[in-house]
Formats: sequence, structure tokens, C-alpha cells
Amino acid sequence: MSNLRDIKSRAHPLWLAYIIHRLSGLFLALFLPVHFWVLSLAITEPASLDGFLSMTQGTQFKLAEFGLVFGLAVHMFGGLRLMAMEWLPWSGRQKTWAALATAISFFIAALFLMKAI
Amino acid sequence: MKNKGLIAFVESSNRLYRDEKLNLAADLRDMTKSSLAVTIERGPVDHRMQVFDVPAYDNQTVLDVVSWVQQNADPTLSYRFACRVGMCGSCAMMVNGVPRWTCRTHISKVLDGNKVTIGPLRNLPIIKDLAVDMDPFFDKWVAAEGVHHGGLTRDDPIAAIDETSSEREEANAGIECINCSVCYAACDTVAGNSNYLGPAALQRAWTLLNDSKDEGYAAILEIVSGSGGCHNCHSMGSCTAYCPNELDPMSAIAGLKRETAKSFFKRGR
Repeated sequence: MSNLRDIKSRAHPLWLAYIIHRLSGLFLALFLPVHFWVLSLAITEPASLDGFLSMTQGTQFKLAEFGLVFGLAVHMFGGLRLMAMEWLPWSGRQKTWAALATAISFFIAALFLMKAI
Repeated sequence: MKNKGLIAFVESSNRLYRDEKLNLAADLRDMTKSSLAVTIERGPVDHRMQVFDVPAYDNQTVLDVVSWVQQNADPTLSYRFACRVGMCGSCAMMVNGVPRWTCRTHISKVLDGNKVTIGPLRNLPIIKDLAVDMDPFFDKWVAAEGVHHGGLTRDDPIAAIDETSSEREEANAGIECINCSVCYAACDTVAGNSNYLGPAALQRAWTLLNDSKDEGYAAILEIVSGSGGCHNCHSMGSCTAYCPNELDPMSAIAGLKRETAKSFFKRGR
């Protein structure tokens, strides 16, 4: 069973919560420098910032923003769950907390999308 | 008249032929239903997947299937078991990619159609076929200070235990570990870091930390806060998800993280 594709023991909620948390963190780490670079355009090249901002009105951008907000929220709530588990005597019902973190994140992202479109 | 007789004969023989065919098909169906296609990972020398045809019974564990293969099909198959009742922790294997205690896992719970794949436990060196070398697992148990740290002599009175104290409840939660290494095989952190002590050893450390009869508090904290210790854990929870005795090593490790952090802020280490 050394073969990676044969390992099925990862198919449970807390492992999924773990991988979502790590991937969203990685994604945000890649996103933030780009985000700050775009913000810096306000000082260095205001015209190209305006051009970029008008481009973000498109539907694809709104959908991408949905993903972004979901990633941000799921990373935050997932992190809060982990911190609560590791710092407070709150060890029980981790699956429920993980599911709740994902649900709240999806709710916030959906709310954001509905406001945006 | 003569023709009519011939037609009746042909018709009845056709019917017979058809019935015979149906019976044959039913027999074949029963045969496939009552036998299992068991794929067993052989190795590590001449590593291969070997398929065995094993008769199915109503009451059959995964260990029964492996034993049938060894006793009837291939006596060179190596595997390990002892008690067969879920107490000794020696028969754990990967069953369809999931670590399980095979003596207490009914084959019907894991069958995919009539197929099942059985391999040696993950994260441990394979000795032969389904038997793994458990030494790294037990060495880490000892390395995590999973030994009794006594403070009394035989002349001292037996220490009283308060069964209702929260420390005792924490200790009791982990003492039913049978050292089967299922959690160790399920853990991806163990797979990625060979120095990591693993869920079972750290749970034992947490149990001793909360045991009022054990005096190893400082030694345990020292080792579990070290490089292979509790802070490697990513809380994936595979240990807790697959522990056959329904223990919760993930929460025990979270307890160790809390305790080491408390100790860090209190004593600066």
C-alpha cells in the first residue's frame, strides 16, 4: 500500500478540513503580494489602476471574488477552530466545528457574491 | 401425427436445454457470489499484487480470509496475529487502503462487490508480505517517555486515586490503547517525518502526564515539546477516525500542545 493512489484513509471530514485550510492558506499567501501590488498602483500608476478596476466589474471577476472570500473566510474559521482545539479544552465535536466553519464561510462568500452581482 | 410427435419432442428438449442453461447460469451466479477475489500485496522482495479466490462464508473476518489463503492456497504467505479478539493489537493491516484491526473487521463491511485488497501497514518497514517491523513504533513509545516514572518505594502506602478528578478522566480516556499501530499507519505526518513520535506514543505521554501515580511530568514535557514531538501534529484526525478502540489521540496531542505552551509561558521553556 505504499502507492499513493491506494491510500484511502484520508477520506474523512477532518482530513478534508485540514487540506482545505492548508490550500486556502497557500492561495492567500500567493494572492496577498498581488493584492498589495495592485493597491500600490494608486500611488505609482493611477491610470492603470483605474483600468484594472473597470476590468474587475466582469462576471468572471465576481465569481473569482466569491472564491477569494470563501478562501479567506474558510481559512479564518478553520484557523479559529484549530486554535480553539489546541488552546482551549475544547476537544470534542471537531467534525461539527469543521463543518460549521465551512458552512459559515460559504454563507459569507455567497452573501458577498449576491451583493456584488 | 408422426410430425406432431416430433415437434413435441423438439419443443420439450428445447425447454430442457433452456432450463439447463438457466440452472447453469444460476449456479455460476452462486459461485461468483460465494467466492471472494482477494488481492494481497506480497513483498518486499519480488513485490507484486497476487489475487486469490477465497470461499465466502456468512461469518468471516478479514483475518479469516488471510488465514484461509495461508492454510489452503499459499503456505508461504506471511502475516501476524495472536489473540483474534481485538486485544493484542498484532493483526492490523491495510484493507482497501484503510488501516484496520483485521480480527474484528467483518469482511462484508469492507468488500467492494466481491473484491478486497489487503496490504501491510503503512509507515512501517515490511518484513515480508503482510508482516511489518513494529520496532520503530515501539521505540517511539519508549522515546516519548511511555514508561512508568515511579516516585514511591514498596514501603510507601499505595497512592490514593481520585477517579472523579479531571486529570484522571483524561488519563482514563487513553489507557485502552492496544498498540496496534493503526493510528501510526493512518497518520500522514508520520509518513512525512520519520522523527515524529506518532499518535499512539504521544497519547501515552498525555496519559502519563495526567496520571497522579507517575512522576515523569518534566521529562515527558521535555520530550514531547522537542523536534519529533506534539507540535508536528497537523490535527488531520486520521488517528481518531480509525482507532479501532475509538480512542482520541488527536485530542490527547492537543492536550500536550496546551500543556507545553502553558509550561513555556510559565517557565520560559
